[in-house]
Amino acid sequence: MATSYDPLTVWGVIVVAGVLTFGIRASFIYLFGHIDTVPPRVKSALEYVPAAVFAALVFPAVVAPAGDVALSLGNERLVAGVLAALAAWYTERVFVTIAVGMGALWFLRFVV
Amino acid sequence: MPTLPSDFVDGVRDAAPLHLGIVPFGLVAGVAAVEQGLSIFHAIGFSTVVFAGASQLAMIELLGSDAPLAIVVGTAVVVNLRMLMYSASIAPYFRDFAARSKTIASYLLTDQAFALSLARYNRETGTDRFAYYVGVAFSLWAVWQVATVAGAVLGTGLPPEWGLGFAAPLVFLALLVPALKDRASAASGVVGGTVAVAVVAAGIPFHLDIIVAAIAGVAAGLTVESFGGDA
Repeated sequence: MATSYDPLTVWGVIVVAGVLTFGIRASFIYLFGHIDTVPPRVKSALEYVPAAVFAALVFPAVVAPAGDVALSLGNERLVAGVLAALAAWYTERVFVTIAVGMGALWFLRFVV
Repeated sequence: MPTLPSDFVDGVRDAAPLHLGIVPFGLVAGVAAVEQGLSIFHAIGFSTVVFAGASQLAMIELLGSDAPLAIVVGTAVVVNLRMLMYSASIAPYFRDFAARSKTIASYLLTDQAFALSLARYNRETGTDRFAYYVGVAFSLWAVWQVATVAGAVLGTGLPPEWGLGFAAPLVFLALLVPALKDRASAASGVVGGTVAVAVVAAGIPFHLDIIVAAIAGVAAGLTVESFGGDA
């Protein structure tokens, strides 16, 4: 689970990602007066990016933690993830979501 | 002693409830970095240079599994694309700022700074916009840096069997749930998540899962929207 990239390469990633992210943030703030609005089609598409991206970051880690789909109670991350999803739904709080998910994982791992 | 502009103080005060909320997220960003074999300085670098939590976590996970660097950076761009919307929506309010103020405001732009500032500008038109914005955004920035460092220090001492790597997807879960606000965004979430699992399970190389899933999920959201499914 540890990276094989050397420290300097990681710094390169940090700088490139930082510059590109700054560009995204600065885009319209600087271009205002030249380009004032996002085209409606682009705006609609951008509205769906968070749901799609966050789901893509969650599902594989929970449903297929070892690379193969594991839809059973024996998959501790699936069980913990479902409980954490309920916590996120009802509380909408990051801390409660992490606490329920990690708590469930530890319970299944160390107690059951 | 010079006093701080009252709109700056208002910004810090309005952001206070959010400060507590980003602490666990920042801790995870620090813990995840050391879990994946990065140094505490890398963790600080991600938090100061990139300063975008979700993309930081995504990049750290991908670096930990030795994904190609173009995919690492490309995924970060996809995760951060939503900020184009914030930039466009807030730009009219920043149009009279000096160039240096625009640079500072751009660097500090986050989901929370955007939402709080826009609400205040519409509520109180006489606000010193830059002072209020910096009050919100810089206080969030400072909390984020402290939380990242604390997480990286804590993470160094924790045993691997605690499975702290799982905290990263839990953070994404906490971000995902509020993003599912109508049928179209629910469709983009379900399709994006399912496609990501399919890409991983099919053994498609280079960790393309997030980029491919984002395209499929956005297409699904637009399709449902075009059928009038925004209820």
